[in-house]
Amino acid sequence: MRIELVKRKEHSRKMALLSPVIAVGLTLVAAAILFAASGTDPFLGLYKFFIEPLTDSWSVQEIIVKATPMVLIACGLAVCYLSNNWNIGAEGQFIFGALCGSFLPIVYPEFETSLTLPLMLVLGALGGAFWALIPAVLKTRFNANEILTSLMLVYVASLLLDYLVRGPWRDPGGYNFPESRLFSEAATLPLIGDGRMSIAAPVAVVVVIVLAIVLARTLKGFEIRVMGESPRAGAFAGFSAKRLTLFAFALAGGLAGLAGTMEVSGSLNQLLPTISPGYGFTAIIVAFLGRLNPVGILVAGFVLALSYIGGEAVQASMGVSDKIASVIQGLLLFFVLACDTLILYRIRLHSRRTTATGEVSRA
Amino acid sequence: MSDVLTRRRQAGEAGTARPATGNLLHARGLTKRFGDILANDHVDLGLNKGEIHALLGENGAGKSTLVKMFYGALEPDGGEIIWQGKPVVIDNPASARALGIGMVFQHFSLFEALTVVENIALALPNPGNMKALAARITDVSEDYGLPLNPQDVVADLPVGIRQRIEIVRCLLQEPQLIIMDEPTSVLTPQEADRLFLTLQRLAGEGCAVLYISHRLEEVQRICHHATILRHGKVVSECDPSLETASSLASMMVGSEVIGVNHGAMAPEPGPVRLKLSGLSAPAATPFATRLNNIDLEVHTGEIIAIAGVAGNGQGELFDAISGEMRVDPGMVVLDGRACGNRDVTWRRRQNAAFVPEERLGHGAVPGLKLSSNIVLTRHGTGDGLVGTGFVSTARAAELEQKIKTTYDVRMSHDDPEARSLSGGNLQKFVVGRELDRNPGVLVVNQPTWGVDAGAAALIRQALIDLARSGSAVLVISQDLDEIFEIADRIAVISRGHLSVPEDARSMTRERVGILMAGGAEKNAGRA
Repeated sequence: MRIELVKRKEHSRKMALLSPVIAVGLTLVAAAILFAASGTDPFLGLYKFFIEPLTDSWSVQEIIVKATPMVLIACGLAVCYLSNNWNIGAEGQFIFGALCGSFLPIVYPEFETSLTLPLMLVLGALGGAFWALIPAVLKTRFNANEILTSLMLVYVASLLLDYLVRGPWRDPGGYNFPESRLFSEAATLPLIGDGRMSIAAPVAVVVVIVLAIVLARTLKGFEIRVMGESPRAGAFAGFSAKRLTLFAFALAGGLAGLAGTMEVSGSLNQLLPTISPGYGFTAIIVAFLGRLNPVGILVAGFVLALSYIGGEAVQASMGVSDKIASVIQGLLLFFVLACDTLILYRIRLHSRRTTATGEVSRA
Repeated sequence: MSDVLTRRRQAGEAGTARPATGNLLHARGLTKRFGDILANDHVDLGLNKGEIHALLGENGAGKSTLVKMFYGALEPDGGEIIWQGKPVVIDNPASARALGIGMVFQHFSLFEALTVVENIALALPNPGNMKALAARITDVSEDYGLPLNPQDVVADLPVGIRQRIEIVRCLLQEPQLIIMDEPTSVLTPQEADRLFLTLQRLAGEGCAVLYISHRLEEVQRICHHATILRHGKVVSECDPSLETASSLASMMVGSEVIGVNHGAMAPEPGPVRLKLSGLSAPAATPFATRLNNIDLEVHTGEIIAIAGVAGNGQGELFDAISGEMRVDPGMVVLDGRACGNRDVTWRRRQNAAFVPEERLGHGAVPGLKLSSNIVLTRHGTGDGLVGTGFVSTARAAELEQKIKTTYDVRMSHDDPEARSLSGGNLQKFVVGRELDRNPGVLVVNQPTWGVDAGAAALIRQALIDLARSGSAVLVISQDLDEIFEIADRIAVISRGHLSVPEDARSMTRERVGILMAGGAEKNAGRA
């Protein structure tokens, strides 16, 4: 018996929808094995990890708070990945955007007008876009590999943040703790609900809707898909690969920077040495789990946010290391990419016997 | 014409004078069919020990199909292969290697991250000790004048050295037959010279070489015998050293007389619609061809065809005219407007249309539906496909239906992805997509490459009809039958030089052959 992958004539639409579902199923099985291996009841583990957080309003709101930045970042990353631009540095763009967005409330805390918040958001988006354009320009000008350059800039951004909150931007009245001053009322995103949820969540939904329309209906969306699938045909269509690389990176960086600013302004209310539990990296999983489709990303963002909350839950109630959340996220990305093979390939089981008879008949 | 016929007769005689069965390998009636196309039609070929045997033919003549059957990469639909007197079934490359047949591919199959010795070890059935293998590689490679350092990482090596690895890998298995698919297409002249010495040495030791190449001079230089394929059939055999490059070219492109009535369709020359003047461009990559001072005027109502052997600058010329490669403004002029520095969309808006050689991946996006592939080239030309940035899927579907019916594009279900169409149907679609615009200037590269006869006739008729309706049509083709069937004037491209177009009625195949073999350069120099 031999397993063979046979290329399909066309993409399978059914598999395109089914593959993330199969991937989630396989992840659940793998997670159960993980729980069992670490000496806990796998069914209780799965329940505490994936189900219990959905049963109470506080944790649902927490899930939305965590899903929001990931959905925003993943939307931008989807545009990058669809157009064959491998931006791995959204974490850095998120952090640098947050730094730029925090400039006003930290350096000019007395500037408290109705313009403060919009200005912060614009600065944050511009900062993130700037940070993303560095690898984009290096790619278009010098053909430097954007995977490496964008990833390396993550560490530059996070060390810059660390330096600022320990040095020039440290709260003068903060007993030498490495954190900035708290943002003023005018620099804080309005909250909704009774938890930490801010208007960042509806903003993310609007971005999802706009991007879904752009990708599905406009010439720009068409250009993005063509360039990703066949750059030579894209050039024949008159699209410029370089301009699109700059556009995709700027958009992804802008959305990441916006997410970063909304995170510090809405949830944290100040800068800390660490402002993200890896949103920029987890958003890569969100983008692929969501099929690089904005609506899919909205769902996937919720699933991944659940894994953060679930990780905290099993640590608190069952004493399992919360590193299990990272492991499960990694497994999920692995299975999503593996299952995507099924979209363009069919599995065929080949029994050795038929090949053998084939040989005999020919001889 | 009669000259060519005589030479063909002589060549035929040479073929019969030689024993039809080779003492090493003898293919008898090998047949292979892909869908509607008969890629190999009862091919007979004999190979002797110690012989360098050229396999010649145009693109799509069936050369690669034939050698893939010898190497076990394709299974014949009919006929048999006799190896050293015994019929054999070669059902995979491993059994070919076990028989003593090795192959060096045009596109290398090496792992870039591994060293030379690791790559070779992977291909051997029992590589044994790595140190001993490395020593053997050093010995064998020096011995044959192809020195290799076993510890080099492939990624750091230039293409010429990479090819050496493939050849040495073959040699280590002590083959009796080495098949080489266009080995010099990636080599510099110096590297090629070195390769020839190795091949001659191998032949001297009794190993046979089956040599596929487009370069007729080198075939004449090193090959003892040549088999010429055309449309999947053996059309001729000869001793290439007794032929000229132009007579070989004539055999490749064929010399049947075709009943085309040029007089009836000769148009009145109208105004110039496409003008190339002094078009020059440096080679973008080491393996590209530079364009040298090309002048051409295509008038309304006429079809000019550019003949030439593959790789003489056809692709570069197409890219310069379409705008995928930018040149100085005055080098390309469309309807009196200089546009050498304009992009492809601008030129399309000037009512020009382009059909590239590569259907899938250049002319169409494989994973997109046909309707989306219409948007690909027509989004900027005011066909109602794009309004304020939004793509009209309804309009795209409407055009798709129209092109499908007009150009008889056959598909298994409505609006499929481009990749699922057969070559001929996709070609009808990409040509139809442009013809549907009724363009003033149409440039098409290899309009019927790999297309079955019915579709080819439909496409050629459509090109003639377009020209007669007042457009200027420029066809770049390697198929001389096609060129003589549709062209009003014929030019030849050779190493990036273009000959002065000559009236198709007075042009002979022999003259085209001479121009292909380098005469185009002198001719262009004189003009």
